[in-house]
Amino acid sequence: MTLPWTGHTWLVLGASSSVARAFARLAAEGGADLLLAGRDRADIERTAADIRLRTGRSVDVLYFDADPYTDHAGFAEACRAKVAAVEGQYLDVFLAFGAMPSQEDIDRDFTLAQQAITVNYTGAVSILARLAPVLESRRGGRVVVLTSVAGDRGRGKNYVYGSAKAGLNTYLQGLRGRLHGAGVSVTTVKAGFLDTAMTYGLPGMFKVAPPGLCARACLAHAAKRREIAYFPGFWRFVMAILKAIPERWFKRLSIR
Amino acid sequence: MNWKRVELGGWGRTAVAEMLAARPERLGEVQRALAQVGEEGLVVRGGGRSYGDAALNGGGRVLLTERLDRILAFDEKTGELVVEPGVTFGELTRLFLPRGYIVPVTPGTGFATIGGAVAMDVHGKNHDWAGSFGDHVLWLDLLLPSGQVVRVSPGERPELFLATIGGLGLTGVITAISMRLMHTPAQGVTVRETRVADLDAMLAELHQHRSTSTFSVAWIDAQAPARSLGRGIVEIADPAPEDSRFETAPRRRTMPKHVPSAFLNSVSVRLFNRWYSRRIAPEGRQRSLSFERFLYPLDSVLEWNRLYGRRGFFQFQCVLPDKDGPAGLKQLLETVAKSRRASFLSVLKTLGREGRGHLSFAQRGYTLALDFPRRSGTDVLLALLERVVLDHGGRVYLAKDAALSRHGFAAMYPKLDRFRAVLHEVDPEGRLTSDLARRLAIRAGT
Repeated sequence: MTLPWTGHTWLVLGASSSVARAFARLAAEGGADLLLAGRDRADIERTAADIRLRTGRSVDVLYFDADPYTDHAGFAEACRAKVAAVEGQYLDVFLAFGAMPSQEDIDRDFTLAQQAITVNYTGAVSILARLAPVLESRRGGRVVVLTSVAGDRGRGKNYVYGSAKAGLNTYLQGLRGRLHGAGVSVTTVKAGFLDTAMTYGLPGMFKVAPPGLCARACLAHAAKRREIAYFPGFWRFVMAILKAIPERWFKRLSIR
Repeated sequence: MNWKRVELGGWGRTAVAEMLAARPERLGEVQRALAQVGEEGLVVRGGGRSYGDAALNGGGRVLLTERLDRILAFDEKTGELVVEPGVTFGELTRLFLPRGYIVPVTPGTGFATIGGAVAMDVHGKNHDWAGSFGDHVLWLDLLLPSGQVVRVSPGERPELFLATIGGLGLTGVITAISMRLMHTPAQGVTVRETRVADLDAMLAELHQHRSTSTFSVAWIDAQAPARSLGRGIVEIADPAPEDSRFETAPRRRTMPKHVPSAFLNSVSVRLFNRWYSRRIAPEGRQRSLSFERFLYPLDSVLEWNRLYGRRGFFQFQCVLPDKDGPAGLKQLLETVAKSRRASFLSVLKTLGREGRGHLSFAQRGYTLALDFPRRSGTDVLLALLERVVLDHGGRVYLAKDAALSRHGFAAMYPKLDRFRAVLHEVDPEGRLTSDLARRLAIRAGT
């Protein structure tokens, strides 16, 4: 039986997050091998063991930190070497790391603003820029980046986080164009509220979606090489409405 | 660490409490959460299948293990498995049965977690030869209230190990469990069901099978008239031949959210019991069931506990020793019959030996489980049943309990002093607690 992801290696960046964990499990169940990368190596080793035992796929663990990005070139080379060891193997990338300090804390402490920008934007651009040549040379791969609906519209509640995600969304548009020639697709998944450790217990959350469903959607969008998707899907409409409200009114609304 | 205000109940829905919840996804977060606990205390909660208040901590904190659900190691040769506490029995069955391995001891629902099974030292329908869940645990990693993680086993810190088996989660947060799975070529069981006319016949039947059959369990018609007291159905099961075909599992359904509390009354339960017992032909019947269907019969109806309506229900489960068991069972059933209270999931099993934990429930004898919709006066009935259990040298199962008295508890659990000594050492400030621990004064004197 050939599984849909046989012959693929998914590199999962930020593998400790619940969406990434679910994504990795699903991809491996679909026949993919995995490179799991993140900071909490001990935790990712546990995830790797779990997936190996469940699926029998090959799972490697790599240390990765979005910041400092000086190490990213070496990291990209390590990924290339891993995938190059298998003839004809596709390299696919799922970028799931992010940081969301509360806006209140950010307003008090600029270093937190800097951290949100570094992790969500600069770190993502840095690693994608380093991986782009690898993806181009191997051709045919898929990139999925988990971003946020917060990037669609600046709001007082989280505008530093939102602006970093907005920057990333724009960057991905460009990257999509660049990699298209090499047959590599770039999928932007704009997530609404997810039921993750990041949002657990935060006020104002509604209709939080389970990370497993988000992971499933991300993988399905990658399979279809979709460009931009919302998860859950209804956020497309919510954001369309929010974006349509003129600034002069929006700034007076309670949702500003 | 994020904390969220939640309202959670026991499975019986009689006890409900508001708590601050953390839902860690990795070990570091568990440690951080525990470090933030003050006097209000913390309870660890797995699948939420304890019926009473064992996984509640009203006004305090709760740690949910549902996202700690990874399998950490498995040795195909020895069957040795290491898992995180939030892995469920259903998941292990789904993953390992096709590979020829099964969890040797499983409770009656696949939604229970392995961490919870350790904390309750659960048993199954094969206790006579398989013992309790804790008997199959090789070692545990335990995060102590001090923040230290220690490995405990029969050889390493044995006293702490024995306090943690069946220890209600009060000795520390279990972060990893090592246990041995059992090899099984069979993917299901052959079940033989027979009707029995009264308690003597039932006990004789169970007694005959306890040393020869793999699984045995009996269902009792707790509303039978006095002359038929103890009539019911005895179910005996053994691994099915490898080429067996199994009846397909029923579709999963969900119980409606609002079932009127009056839905279960003595008339409806009587009708149900009559139908339930007449499904089986007088000469008995035999069928092949997958392990899942046999071990977890109620798991196909999600949220079945709603059946009892908003007021919920009490489950009363006790064990009575072999010698005084028959007389005690008779008295329990008579007490229930006299109360005219409906109990329709009345289950009788045999247990083989004492559990190894200081607060383990099991002892050699008969275990009877009854359930009662919560009505005014149910507490009086439960107190009467407790008295009968005490008089016959038995024990009430804390995983089910919401009504036991302090002195009853202390009299039923003779190793309580040893348990308290361990608590005094590892948790002098009482960071780990629960509504049940407070109700039964488990920590008293530590």
